[in-house]
Amino acid sequence: MLAFILRRIFQSVIVMLTVALVSFALFRYVGDPVTSMVGQETSLEDRAALRDALGLNDPFFVQFARFLGNAVQGDFGISYRLQEPVMGLILSRLPATLELALISGALAFIFGVGFGVYTALRRRGIISNAIMTLSLIGVSLPTFLIGVLLIWIFAVELQILPSFGRGEVVALPGGWSTGLLTPSGRASLILPAITLGLYQMTLIMRLVRAEMLEVLRADYIRFARARGLSDRAVHFGHALKNTLVPVITITGLQLGSIIAFAIITETVFQWPGVGALFINSVRAVDVPVMAAYLMLIALVFVIINLIVDLLYYAVDPRLRVDRGAGASA
Amino acid sequence: MSEPLLSLRDVVVEFPTRRGVLRALDGISLDVNAGEVLGLVGESGAGKSMIGSAIIGLIAPPGRIASGEIRLSGQRIDNLGPSQMRALRGKRIGMVFQDPLTSLNPLYTIADQLVETIRTHLPVTAAEARAQAIALLDRVGIPAAAQRIDDYPHHFSGGMRQRVVIALALCAQPDLVIADEPTTALDVSVQAQIIDLLKDICAERGAAVVLITHDMGVIAQTADRVAVVYAGRMAEIGPVSDVIHRPAHPYTRGLMGSIPSLREERARLVQIPGAMPRLDAISAGCAFHPRCDVATAACATTRPAMTHLVSAQKGEQSADRFAACLLLDHTAREGGEHGG
Repeated sequence: MLAFILRRIFQSVIVMLTVALVSFALFRYVGDPVTSMVGQETSLEDRAALRDALGLNDPFFVQFARFLGNAVQGDFGISYRLQEPVMGLILSRLPATLELALISGALAFIFGVGFGVYTALRRRGIISNAIMTLSLIGVSLPTFLIGVLLIWIFAVELQILPSFGRGEVVALPGGWSTGLLTPSGRASLILPAITLGLYQMTLIMRLVRAEMLEVLRADYIRFARARGLSDRAVHFGHALKNTLVPVITITGLQLGSIIAFAIITETVFQWPGVGALFINSVRAVDVPVMAAYLMLIALVFVIINLIVDLLYYAVDPRLRVDRGAGASA
Repeated sequence: MSEPLLSLRDVVVEFPTRRGVLRALDGISLDVNAGEVLGLVGESGAGKSMIGSAIIGLIAPPGRIASGEIRLSGQRIDNLGPSQMRALRGKRIGMVFQDPLTSLNPLYTIADQLVETIRTHLPVTAAEARAQAIALLDRVGIPAAAQRIDDYPHHFSGGMRQRVVIALALCAQPDLVIADEPTTALDVSVQAQIIDLLKDICAERGAAVVLITHDMGVIAQTADRVAVVYAGRMAEIGPVSDVIHRPAHPYTRGLMGSIPSLREERARLVQIPGAMPRLDAISAGCAFHPRCDVATAACATTRPAMTHLVSAQKGEQSADRFAACLLLDHTAREGGEHGG
């Protein structure tokens, strides 16, 4: 178990180093940082002096090592556009994105598994067919279109939910700001969360349904029925648990994508999260922010993958090989 | 004679498909008496397993019992509602499946699965159920049952898993156990052990066994009576030694002839020519006649009924002996010569 975790952490470090290299290359070679920082009137001498002061004339490895050293300490430099430390900028906007992503991820998982199980058990029902058809729409509509449609229906026509922003937020200790504690904050969360989670929900639902149908055909389900176990025990005990093994992987990866792809939803709803920050930074070629964002998303994916691997361990006893002696009977 | 434990009368199982209704079972009638072992033999696809599924009410949809009736201790069970049928499964009728590697849920420990099943049927606490489960595992020959009970299925070998499956099938003390090819997926060396275990433990508990297999050797050692099934129909039923030594139906004779024997030296095993017909292409007459070496013109058009054999061979009693063949006199005589 410990060896397994250490191995996975080692792999994670390799991934992060690779992403750091890409991120650094972006920082160093996309455009000239000096040109981005100074005005048009700056003389060539001043530029050279600045270049020297920034260490841009040092060998590649020295620069990369310095970048890494700073990154580990959370120092990604100063934003060109906002002239503030990048890390502070990202941290101040991270709560908004994480709140949105976790809520929509949770919604996607709960409704995805629920609908998936329902449509698998009532395969020929009218409601099941309706859900399946609607899910096709959910899969095929682009996220921004769903967002715009929801705004049109609920904000413009019905005028019951706000169309942009995060509402009123409450600052919690530790620099976390939350919209979950105020009515306007909760109301503002609804439309973006649905927009962001709808695609993931349909994906999880279709996956759960397919897996569940597969598992329901398994011998151990037949045997469980032949032992007279209740439908409830068979469906939700024996079948669902086996269904969840592959679902966990996909859901984990989807949570990563939700955080990463929150960009579109955040833009549509003017949600003050890191996605919107990233878009604005791209427009202004604010390379330090872009580089830091890249690293952040990579870190999120790596951590989620690590958690998913550990969940596998918890769910599937066959992966726990530490009791090796038992297999010989 | 007292009422049989299980009684099937003219059971017909049909599968509606796009190309018409397929009859998987066509007029199956048989009795199983309390405590006896009835062997069900026939080649692959003959409907042996379908009989087991029909009895326990687990025919895969859209299949259904179209007509006939199944009685357990005199009570009809083929038309019970889902919850009544569920109460019967495991409690009155236990089932052992073919492949022990896939019959156990890989994500639950043996204890979880046993305790869950016991508590579904018996009003006991979790601790009592666990104690019962350990005693049962011990009985089916799991060494160190008290420790092994918390292992997962993948910690056990195939033979051990089939022992666990037997324990699961028997944990609520059913009167009838349907064993659907319980040894087919096992190593030859453990097959005999599992069959002996199944037979002994059912005998101890007075449970009758319907043993579905295509292994005539297993039937000869284990069963009291044997029923031969062909293309969803009964070919022959009777006491094991009688059927083996004096097969009345040409198909049974073919089956017996195709068993290798260590005692006799035969140049070649007899082979039944051809293959079993597809379910949508069974002839109007005897299902076996296209492959039968003694078939007459009548066999192609007249369907033989199950006929009580009154054979006075060597003064042996052979009540309870039925076969479905138009040429019974002919074949019985042949069989008599073979056996004598």
